[in-house]
Amino acid sequence: MKTHRNTPPAIAAGVLLASLLLSTPTRAADPAPGGAKAKPTDPEVRTEERAVLTQAPLVPPPITRKHPAKVTVEIEVREVTKRLADGVEYLFWTFGGDVPGSFIRIREGDQVEFHLNNHQGNKMPHNIDLHAVTGPGGGAASSFTAPGHSSQFSFKALNPGLYVYHCATAPVGMHVANGMYGLILVEPKEGLPRVDREYYIMQGDFYTTGRYGEEGLQGFDMNKAIDEKPTYVVFNGSVGALVGDRALTAKVGEKLRFYIGNGGPNLVSSFHVIGEIFDNVYQEGGVVATQHQVQTTLVPAGGSAMVEFTVDVPGTYILVDHSIFRTFNKGALGMLKVEGPPNLIVYSGKEVDATYIGRAAEAGSDAEKRMASLKAQVAQEIKSNPKIAGLNKEIEIEKGKAIYMQTCFVCHMAGGEGIAGQIPPLAKSDFLASLTKEDYIRGVLLGRQGQIVVNGKTYNGIMTPLNYLTDEQIANVLTYVRNSFGNSGEPVTVQEVTRIRAEVPAPPANKFE
Amino acid sequence: MLALAAGALGGAEPRPAPGMIRVPAGVHRPLVRSITDAAEVPVAAFDLDVLPVTNARFLEFVLANPRWARSRVKRLFADGAYLARWAGDHELGSNAPPDAPVTDVSWFAAKAYAQWRGARLPTLAEWEYAALASPTGPNGAQDPEFRARLLRWYSTPDDAPGRVGQGTPNYWGVHDLHGLIWEWVSDFNNSLVTGDARGDGGLERDLFCGAGAAGARDPSDFPAFMRYGFRSSLKASYTVHNLGFRCARDPAPTPR
Repeated sequence: MKTHRNTPPAIAAGVLLASLLLSTPTRAADPAPGGAKAKPTDPEVRTEERAVLTQAPLVPPPITRKHPAKVTVEIEVREVTKRLADGVEYLFWTFGGDVPGSFIRIREGDQVEFHLNNHQGNKMPHNIDLHAVTGPGGGAASSFTAPGHSSQFSFKALNPGLYVYHCATAPVGMHVANGMYGLILVEPKEGLPRVDREYYIMQGDFYTTGRYGEEGLQGFDMNKAIDEKPTYVVFNGSVGALVGDRALTAKVGEKLRFYIGNGGPNLVSSFHVIGEIFDNVYQEGGVVATQHQVQTTLVPAGGSAMVEFTVDVPGTYILVDHSIFRTFNKGALGMLKVEGPPNLIVYSGKEVDATYIGRAAEAGSDAEKRMASLKAQVAQEIKSNPKIAGLNKEIEIEKGKAIYMQTCFVCHMAGGEGIAGQIPPLAKSDFLASLTKEDYIRGVLLGRQGQIVVNGKTYNGIMTPLNYLTDEQIANVLTYVRNSFGNSGEPVTVQEVTRIRAEVPAPPANKFE
Repeated sequence: MLALAAGALGGAEPRPAPGMIRVPAGVHRPLVRSITDAAEVPVAAFDLDVLPVTNARFLEFVLANPRWARSRVKRLFADGAYLARWAGDHELGSNAPPDAPVTDVSWFAAKAYAQWRGARLPTLAEWEYAALASPTGPNGAQDPEFRARLLRWYSTPDDAPGRVGQGTPNYWGVHDLHGLIWEWVSDFNNSLVTGDARGDGGLERDLFCGAGAAGARDPSDFPAFMRYGFRSSLKASYTVHNLGFRCARDPAPTPR
């Protein structure tokens, strides 16, 4: 496979941007008591440099020098309010202003001078434990810093590998749960194998006072954290951080390496890329490719992994935690978009699309059709009744779209086209047209299973209940579906959802709420 | 509240100075302690400021004691961000409203202010004991709503503390012990938190090896962990944007 050492332009630009964003800090001349100790010089070190730091998903360029250097790393801790999901904000505690923290790349044998600056606007003291550090607390004991102050310590990078760093201030779980983690790569002396692109992906679980998707600024919920029942499980600090125009990109034929971290604080990740097999896995972030041809690799909380694979076929590949409810219901979903010519030998695309009717399909199908036809007439009657559409409809549709893109599109796809043979389309669906608004609402609250015929094709799948959505979220997403993809229908109101929710049987217990 | 606290006293002792309230005797249970420390520290009755010291009050102090002006203070006693929100030596400016708590003051400065007023800083035990009270009772430790309210402060961004005395006072009638600022105590550095949370537990476990009853009094008391952690990150010359103080006094007033 063709490989380049060249830094891809996108990454180079990102590194430049990240460098510019790291504003020059002002450290007051207050002498740090005890900090003026004479430091022994490391005879191996020949040059000095300042570490290039990047924000996820970007990775600093590979290190080309062949000798140890003195490397200065400067990280500013900031407590900042940022987006956790659409309409949802959270006060994150960060290394460098983002979750995960800045990616640090050094070389085995480097002498690192680490500066931890705690911004004066912060409320909390913080420190840093780098798993790459050999010494008490991994640096935590030497970097405990009050707001508006700065600490410095030095360490020698004795062990190559991909290491997690995190804050270790009491209560440590809360500091980690608020986003205080990142990755530091200590490249082995001989370097890592050349690849075409590298990306930085870090999973984390979040515990908010409100339910998943509840809008507004959310507080930290201590009880959910202690019970290890997260509201959100995300890649790179928010729902959708690697989706749509923020998706990772690659070209057919390129060799990729993912640096994967898991900040936790609680969950272990079953990291998987749908439609790809990892050629090499450096388990738990070691420097030896210990496994080949791997589908799913385990990334421990406070641990990491490196995976390498070559992309052969264009398309969108989905990054998930294969503990799959976290992907479906809590946000652990990213995308890799691969461009280039198709390879029909490796993957044909859909070759046959035919009707298949199994034995169970026959009984009752006439009755179903009659019922569908009657319901269609009822629906038509309702539709033909000229009601005021309401000025709020457009707003509801926009809000509903956000819910759809978080919750529904994984199966029904962005354009409502569904997945042939598996998931029925919502676009121009004669089945949906045959349902009442109440049916729509019941379908979302209770889920649906069993055979249905949509636009002449038979489906026999399961839709899980989405009863954890609020009444308003259900109303909006249904209004969106009823007015998108070529569908048109009356809006669904919150009152209607509330009424139906009171009528339907109690949903199966949702263990996450 | 005032009447209730005063009623609990009996009439013998002199009344607290204006702006102060008497907190009756009780006990403080330290969050973290070593094998030689007592599980309960007795706290004698003491008088405590109802409100944190404001910018306006601290300005009076600075005017009366020029060596505590921002441009004249010795670096040994206050770091470079001392009174950083103020507009000048004797000018509060728009970032330091007169009725907001004074912040960016060192322990030395807080102590000097208290002495000037004929008072002192509260001890850690006194402060923690007074701050244990919820609005409805002397011990809010097992009140989930109270604890959740304390945690909310850490989840809420605020660039500058608001005015003092706006919320509900606690059971003793004291305002703003939580949710506005951190506060200095006289023995802030008398704490077992080293800065590395896990190490603290480890030290305790080593001491108690096999006994199994180690570490913190209540590992789910996150707000207390944060206060202890915060205090142990400080040095007496440090100033912090969200750190102020209030004064205490023994019930028999110190003569001025």
